[in-house]
Amino acid sequence: MRQTIVEKIFSEHSGKRAKAGDIVIAEVDFCLGQDGTSGLIIDSFRRMNVSGVASREKFCMVIDHSSPSPNIGVSDIHCKMRNFAREYGLKLFDIGCGVCHQVVLEEGFVTSGNLVIGADSHTCTYGALNAFSSGVGSTDLAITLTSGKNWFRVPETIKIICSGELSKGVYSKDVVLHIAGDIGADGATYKALELEGDLVNGFSMDGRFTICNMAVEMGAKCGIMRADKKTLAWLKKHNAAEPVPVEADEDARYTGIYEYDFTELSPKVAKPHTVDNVCDVEEVLETHMDEVYIGTCTNGRFEDLEIAARILKGQKIASGMKLIITPASRSIYLEAAKKGLIDIFIDAGAVVNNPGCGPCVGTHQGVLADGENAFSTANRNFKGRMGNPNGNIYLGSPATAAATALAGAIADPREYRRKL
Amino acid sequence: MANYAHRLKLTDDINTDYIISGRYKFQIQDEKELAKYIFSDLEPGFYEKIKPGDFLVAGENFGCGSSREQAPVALKASGLKAVIAKSYARIFYRNAFNVGLCLVECETRFIDDMDELELDLEASLVKNLTRGINIDIKPIPGIMEEFLKMGGVVEYFEAKGGLEI
Repeated sequence: MRQTIVEKIFSEHSGKRAKAGDIVIAEVDFCLGQDGTSGLIIDSFRRMNVSGVASREKFCMVIDHSSPSPNIGVSDIHCKMRNFAREYGLKLFDIGCGVCHQVVLEEGFVTSGNLVIGADSHTCTYGALNAFSSGVGSTDLAITLTSGKNWFRVPETIKIICSGELSKGVYSKDVVLHIAGDIGADGATYKALELEGDLVNGFSMDGRFTICNMAVEMGAKCGIMRADKKTLAWLKKHNAAEPVPVEADEDARYTGIYEYDFTELSPKVAKPHTVDNVCDVEEVLETHMDEVYIGTCTNGRFEDLEIAARILKGQKIASGMKLIITPASRSIYLEAAKKGLIDIFIDAGAVVNNPGCGPCVGTHQGVLADGENAFSTANRNFKGRMGNPNGNIYLGSPATAAATALAGAIADPREYRRKL
Repeated sequence: MANYAHRLKLTDDINTDYIISGRYKFQIQDEKELAKYIFSDLEPGFYEKIKPGDFLVAGENFGCGSSREQAPVALKASGLKAVIAKSYARIFYRNAFNVGLCLVECETRFIDDMDELELDLEASLVKNLTRGINIDIKPIPGIMEEFLKMGGVVEYFEAKGGLEI
């Protein structure tokens, strides 16, 4: 009794009753690396002089961050990953497969009740499937790759209860930006965020992934949600392993509880250069933008592209605007093509990139010039994030991004409510 | 030889993109070379100020953001003996000890840029020799201290033949 969701998952995976603050060694169900972190995973793995990997089935690498390679240095890293995968018979998702977190979700590698780590901070996305999942560094990942385990400090949990009904033009991204603005960039450091309430239940799985994806922007170790009918249907559709849903006990202990009613919520914008620098869209209306980016592990899913397409359909982007759209995975790209979304984007004047991280990490496909402003659906707006420390990044939902691309300046997506 | 504190203009929420930008982490695999670009988006030329054994001093939530291990690797390769901050983001905290970079958690209001410092881990103290004050530091978790003694988690793993608590 008295256990939170994560305490139960750690108990199950460490073989002893775990409570917040305990240090445990736990079995890991799945782990992953991407092209920004796998080079060091491979280096650390080789330095350990171990005989091999614990389980080939429980690991994958994804080439997504700088994909296809823009220069020789990156090409060498990609080559190193391909050779390592070949040597040990490991799963590798090469250029064009998509963002690692979307690939892992679609491949059904994660199910409810799992314990997952990834050498990418946004590994927290899978919490929406009722799994504990958290970002780690490359060396930690190498240890799990060879041993199947790692050590963890069981986190305290903050409960966040979300209720109310969102207006047309307001989405899960706005909700999580509001929470980040309220809690702050270090408001949940070392802690788990348990998200629940009518509003969370009402969101699609895509909407829930967006919220858990941004848990790390508040310093959290993970975001986690209950498994409901939607979760189970989603897992079945993607052939995931048999789910073992985990619920918190009624008398579970929380280190904090936040309650929000989002009925009156405006679309939200995170201003440069921190994710918790959040305001209502009204406050920044008409701020000139040079580039709009729709994509990433936060908001590059089909539902996001569909919302953007409703606003962009039959319209042209503002003169001088660069609109870049990157589907999060190959299957999303294909579905968007079949349903005519890609036509709408191209007609509107957008550039559609291959699936991957796109310009989010600042290595290619949309680097900013000095003094340029970008509006992005990503999760980070740090100075220099999109490749230039003299550029400014604003964050918001795909709807706000699409409306902004048409206006050439930050616009309120509720103006398009009849289309949404 | 005297060792000094280095502070950035920004105090809190210094993220791993600022420590080492994504542009460099993808292009440079040699850690000594990578070290030359630490904080180059925030304060170009910062690396040149550091002498071996010096300290980086910051405020709250140091190392937030991405999981890139290149951040502590580059800081260590720059010659810094330790980072001294009020608090750390969790992925960075783990990564630092995993690669053998010492992180010290304490009140940092009483340390100015270029103050002369001495770190005494045995006594759990940072000595500010310029100001003549001693600052208590939070104890380093046992497992992390072990990693640090051995030079990192890989060395620990090799020596013990696996993970133990």
